[in-house]
Amino acid sequence: MKVCFYPGCALHGTGREYGESIQEVSQILDIQLEDLDDWSCCGASSGHTTNEALAIGLPGRNLALAEKIGATEMVTPCPACFVRLKIAEKKLKGTGSQPDLGFTYSGGIKINYLLDYLCDPELLKKIRDKITKPLNGLRVACYYGCLSVRPPKMTDAKNPENPQNMDRLMEVLGAQSIPWSFKTDCCGGSLALTRIDIVRRLVNRLFLMAVEAGADCIVTACPLCQANLDTREAEAAQVFQQNYNLPVYYFTELLGLAMGLSGIDSWLGRHIVNPRGLLEEKGLLRL
Amino acid sequence: MSEQTSLEEEKSQKTNLPPEDESSSRGFNSLAIKPLRTENKPWFEPKPFFLKEVESLSREKVSVCYQCRKCSNGCPVTFAMDFLPNQLMHAIKMGLRDEILGSSTPWVCASCQTCTTRCPNDIDIAHVMDTLRQLSVQEKTVNKERNAPIFHQVFLDSIWRRGRVYELGMLQTYALKSGDFKDKMAKGELMNDLKLGWAMLTKGKLPLLPKSIRRVKEVRNIFKKTKSR
Ligand code: SF4
Ligand code: SF4
Repeated sequence: MKVCFYPGCALHGTGREYGESIQEVSQILDIQLEDLDDWSCCGASSGHTTNEALAIGLPGRNLALAEKIGATEMVTPCPACFVRLKIAEKKLKGTGSQPDLGFTYSGGIKINYLLDYLCDPELLKKIRDKITKPLNGLRVACYYGCLSVRPPKMTDAKNPENPQNMDRLMEVLGAQSIPWSFKTDCCGGSLALTRIDIVRRLVNRLFLMAVEAGADCIVTACPLCQANLDTREAEAAQVFQQNYNLPVYYFTELLGLAMGLSGIDSWLGRHIVNPRGLLEEKGLLRL
Repeated sequence: MSEQTSLEEEKSQKTNLPPEDESSSRGFNSLAIKPLRTENKPWFEPKPFFLKEVESLSREKVSVCYQCRKCSNGCPVTFAMDFLPNQLMHAIKMGLRDEILGSSTPWVCASCQTCTTRCPNDIDIAHVMDTLRQLSVQEKTVNKERNAPIFHQVFLDSIWRRGRVYELGMLQTYALKSGDFKDKMAKGELMNDLKLGWAMLTKGKLPLLPKSIRRVKEVRNIFKKTKSR
């Protein structure tokens, strides 16, 4: 099965292990993710912060490219790209007189967020069949963050206050997903460079709540959340005098682990907070 | 005697006032303790038509806000704001144009969309924040958050140059342009950041060389057509 893939900038940089694990996992599931040729950045929060038309134009170019090659569907692993693409899709389609931006897009491409795409019942069944090492005994806090669900009018999320897909997926992998009330709270990703003090406070909140709920680790489906949590955890713990030390995994890394994929060592090697200790302790990773 | 005590009382009342910067940390609460008139001038000058301006730019109906505070109750960063989101809505209606464009609120808003999701009156508050930021970028207003506009500029520059964001280059330019470098040095936080940066480099998370897309021209054309440069 071939699918048009929009990776987004983070996947080639800070989210590298996310990209690598996505590739390996999708191969096992017979999904061929083909990078959209010559894709460009969606503008992220800097786009919509400074110029409304630009915030539609930048993702719009990618929609037009996808349309040109005849794609009807597109998958993206980054919630920030996802929501920008979705908004551009909704705003550009149906507007008879399109602003002249050097491309035309007539509309109708379905944009999927990778997590939701993999939680399609058919694929879930396939995933279940491929599991060789269930993650028994691992207590995970599923962290969805903001933009994969909000604003629901744009993302079409069915349950924006309490999404369930990642929880379901983790149960399929044999892990125990613990209920907690901060699964869609913000980590401050868009302030990551400008207001580190705010970021630390938000990150601290998330880790404390996850610990309180009894989680061993946090699982994300967003390269910005993962980078933000992973890089700021030690600082936040120090500033607020706490002693949590939870690893932050991508959901695709845990998928790969449960399927016994070989890339796991190299993915985990890119983390900042030690991701191996916990998995070894639970007997899920050989020493 | 009685005159003296009343004088003393007055004095102590004065000294009991919270210090200046503490009182200004919350936009509206500071109203109560500021003298309403100094030098025969009101302390703020409402700008008529600001509500209209915001509503027509954002196409959001700010005027239907009935101050239920749902937006502020769910907002994760109220602790760093001078106007709370609901106060901001009211301030727009009151025409406090300069106060709003100079405030920290739109710039510390993390665009998490919680307010927008929950507003019972369907106001896209996060979009109103966008509009206010765009206004203050256009008019180059001096606001309390010096670094945020610089960051967005550097980020967009990176896209203009290559069609995609080159993280390492962007981080460096931002650190130099924003004075982040100096601030951190002064606070002694630089070492921490350098360590983190080094860890990310050695773990292959920050590619050293930039990559451009083939048709950067198309991207630059979008910048030009939308008057972003
Ligand atoms: S949630 Fe909506 S109606 Fe309520 S205070 Fe905020 S903007 Fe006003
Ligand atoms: S979008 Fe901004 S104002 Fe609204 S809840 Fe999030 S941080 Fe607060």
